[in-house]
Amino acid sequence: MEILHSGLLQRALLEIVVLGGACGALGVWLLHLRHAYAAESLAHAMLPGLVLASLAGVPLLFGAAGGVLVTAALIALAARDTRLGSEIAVGVVVTTTFGLGALLALTPEVPVGLDRLLFGDLLGAGSADLASACGLALFIAVALVAGHRRLAVAVFDPVAAPSLGVRPARVELALLALLGVAVVAAVLSLGNLLVFALLVAPAAAGMRLGRSLRAQLWLAAAIGASAGLAGLVVSSELDVAAGGSVALAAVALFVLAALLRPAAPRGGARRSPMEALGAPR
Amino acid sequence: MSATARIAVAGLAASYGAGAPVLSGVTFAADAGQAVAVLGPNGGGKTTLFRALLGELATVAGTVAIDAATAYVPQTERSRLDFPVSALDVALMGAYARTSWFRRVPAADRALAHAALERVGMIERAHDRFGALSGGQRQRVLIARALVQDAGVLLLDEPFAGVDQISEDAIMGILDDLRAEGRVLLIATHDVDQARGWDRVLCLRGEQIAYGEPSTTLTNAVLEATYGAEIVMLDCGHRAVAIQHHDHAH
Repeated sequence: MEILHSGLLQRALLEIVVLGGACGALGVWLLHLRHAYAAESLAHAMLPGLVLASLAGVPLLFGAAGGVLVTAALIALAARDTRLGSEIAVGVVVTTTFGLGALLALTPEVPVGLDRLLFGDLLGAGSADLASACGLALFIAVALVAGHRRLAVAVFDPVAAPSLGVRPARVELALLALLGVAVVAAVLSLGNLLVFALLVAPAAAGMRLGRSLRAQLWLAAAIGASAGLAGLVVSSELDVAAGGSVALAAVALFVLAALLRPAAPRGGARRSPMEALGAPR
Repeated sequence: MSATARIAVAGLAASYGAGAPVLSGVTFAADAGQAVAVLGPNGGGKTTLFRALLGELATVAGTVAIDAATAYVPQTERSRLDFPVSALDVALMGAYARTSWFRRVPAADRALAHAALERVGMIERAHDRFGALSGGQRQRVLIARALVQDAGVLLLDEPFAGVDQISEDAIMGILDDLRAEGRVLLIATHDVDQARGWDRVLCLRGEQIAYGEPSTTLTNAVLEATYGAEIVMLDCGHRAVAIQHHDHAH
């Protein structure tokens, strides 16, 4: 296999396995908090940030971070209009920023092609990209371990959480900040459109298979890492796009998990298929 | 647990954010071992009172003095029943506030959680998923969590709502034991008849209507002032029943 001998592929492999693991575990919390829509939106809406970074000649990572911050601020601002509500606010902001990003990206001055921004460039990862992705993934993992108990209380019992020493709004905000970190870390490899697959599909699969919270988190991380590995091997062997292969591998693993355990988890309330995929209530 | 738990509230008014007070003029005191039924219509301020006592709401006026740890025991269906936690996990949550993030929950607190589940008769189901338990069993697990919190004051939000008779009897027995230990219980309820069995009764409808011993407080006039059109008198006015709604906004 070429993957065993090519330094390029080995770097890409390490990066995607690490990112898959971190995004998988993070995704479990996002889905339990029903934030799949936020995950998708944040990833899509950072496009103008990426394009502007590319135009300015600064590392795309900075553009991604700036894009996430501006998007989060705009969503918070738009959601202040109580007649709209947060979902509509997210929809309006995402459409605006994505449209703006596409407009900017199609000007001839942009050195990086729109396709690379939308679908990522996993095989183009240099040592610096690898180091920053691993660093951010490690940060996410440490934050999830450190915040495990607070997250559990905030998700399980937000009403009684303050009397248990947990402020659910703060915990949720921290989780969304971690989502921003994950999106920034993974967007260069998987692109603006595909990073969502790594955040949702492995988590949904892990939640199908795991009976306890811990099992769900470990399974999601393992499935995320496996999706990265399988996607990259398929991409390398069949000579097809890496980002797309990883995304499809993640979804394939979710379908497999859903077939292995088709019913709702024992004791859990039955949910609609959309809810099971993490759609907002 | 302190055997001298006491709660004293004087002239309390509470509001959500900067708005006008949604509850005002609340003055009552309960001593160790007393159970206070908190009666009122939906939106009458029962949950608002609890949130103010927990320090989650801004108190616009008045004072709250509680000299013991305070635990809130919510209605069980307000927790996420599809979340994969066991009864033991839920009881252990009572120890989280005193556990550093980088440590495991200490063995002493684990033993405490087991003992609390044993006490509420749920040790056999310790490893069952919380969402798979019946409403009454879940309520007992949440009371066990309050015991792990070592709470001297327990604020129970309609602990008998949606609970079968066997669990109701079991919960009643547990609450009697907690009273005997000197804990103070505040029990939000719609059940006027049951409220007559507690030591004190506090009637709320946006403001305090009455507070005192049930025998002297629960007069038809007080009940009508508390519930307005929501009250139905039975047995020639000797027994009053509040019409229950399933809107728990307040």
